[in-house]
Amino acid sequence: MTSEKAANKLKEKFSAAEIVEFRGEYTAIVALDEFRAVIEYCRKDLNFELLLDITSVDQYGEDPRFEVLYELATVDDAAHLRVKVKIAEEVEVPTVTDIWGSADWHEREVYDMMGIKFAGHPNLKRILMWEGYPFHPMRKEFPLEGLPSEMPDVGFSDSAPMADGPFVTCSGGGGSRKAAEPRSRAFTKPEEA
Amino acid sequence: MVSADENAISHASYDSKIEGNIIFTQVDAAINWMRKNSMWPMPMGLACCAIEMMASACSRFDLSRFGAEVMRFSPRQSDVMIVAGTVSYKMALSVKRIWDQMPEPKYCIAMGACASSGGMFRSYAVLQGIDRLIPVDVYVSGCPPRPEALIEGMMKLQDKIQAEKSTAAQIRPGKAEMSVDIK
Repeated sequence: MTSEKAANKLKEKFSAAEIVEFRGEYTAIVALDEFRAVIEYCRKDLNFELLLDITSVDQYGEDPRFEVLYELATVDDAAHLRVKVKIAEEVEVPTVTDIWGSADWHEREVYDMMGIKFAGHPNLKRILMWEGYPFHPMRKEFPLEGLPSEMPDVGFSDSAPMADGPFVTCSGGGGSRKAAEPRSRAFTKPEEA
Repeated sequence: MVSADENAISHASYDSKIEGNIIFTQVDAAINWMRKNSMWPMPMGLACCAIEMMASACSRFDLSRFGAEVMRFSPRQSDVMIVAGTVSYKMALSVKRIWDQMPEPKYCIAMGACASSGGMFRSYAVLQGIDRLIPVDVYVSGCPPRPEALIEGMMKLQDKIQAEKSTAAQIRPGKAEMSVDIK
């Protein structure tokens, strides 16, 4: 089965799902209440055995704010389908760890970096940052340089200096891609500036 | 030991016919000489710098010429910690803990841009230089530094150790404090 056929079958079954095609890649955008049924249909009927990845996007300022994306694939004929579910803040997504065991760590990463919780996950704790770290660093409101935090004997963090330097791009892009490129500017030491 | 000549003063344990010449020196100089030619590194390989550190110890660059080829993976047996790579905040306290387990005298080399200053990682996840946690003796620039640069750093550290006056400072406190003259 090709990706296109899989997407069409999914659309037949779930008419509310929106199918988006871009350069041969198919994305099914589904509502949260339908999501679990769609995922089970993809696994059992469309035979997507492989969950490649789970990612999330913070569409800050939009409503609903977050998107969670599931990259599905078949092993035999390399069909690929992306399932996207949009969720508001403080809304939990049902886990898919009972369908694909590999979802365990992917969901933990999404929880760690974006703060999206997965209902029914067997072990939903942080995976990259330490347990007790107070922030979710991939959220848009989190600054690139980080924020200070302190947990005695466990971990600490601080904010990095983002002053002028050879590796720092202009904030706001400098008007164009070219001007934003750090090497387009001469490097001046802070005391000379 | 009884000498044939009753008037001659002889040392009980030294026999010049067997043991050859004596060198007179200062305790500090002798201790420093021994220390600096047998620095066992604690390889704290955290990123790509570790590859260059391994290359330094291999046959082409041969760190054993300076007595520092014995990479010890136990902090209790090592003298110098080579922090080679990006220290993330999650790793930082582990590095500190291993450093605390090393016996004195101990030294630290910050190898490469990341260990020295955070390097290109101006980010929430990376410690901006290992000197925020542990004292650093020698910084080696580069991204990553070539093995020659690490060896140069090792030689700088040898110079620093040779200039120490640790024993003199204990005998006459205040007269001779720890000196770090590097030519």
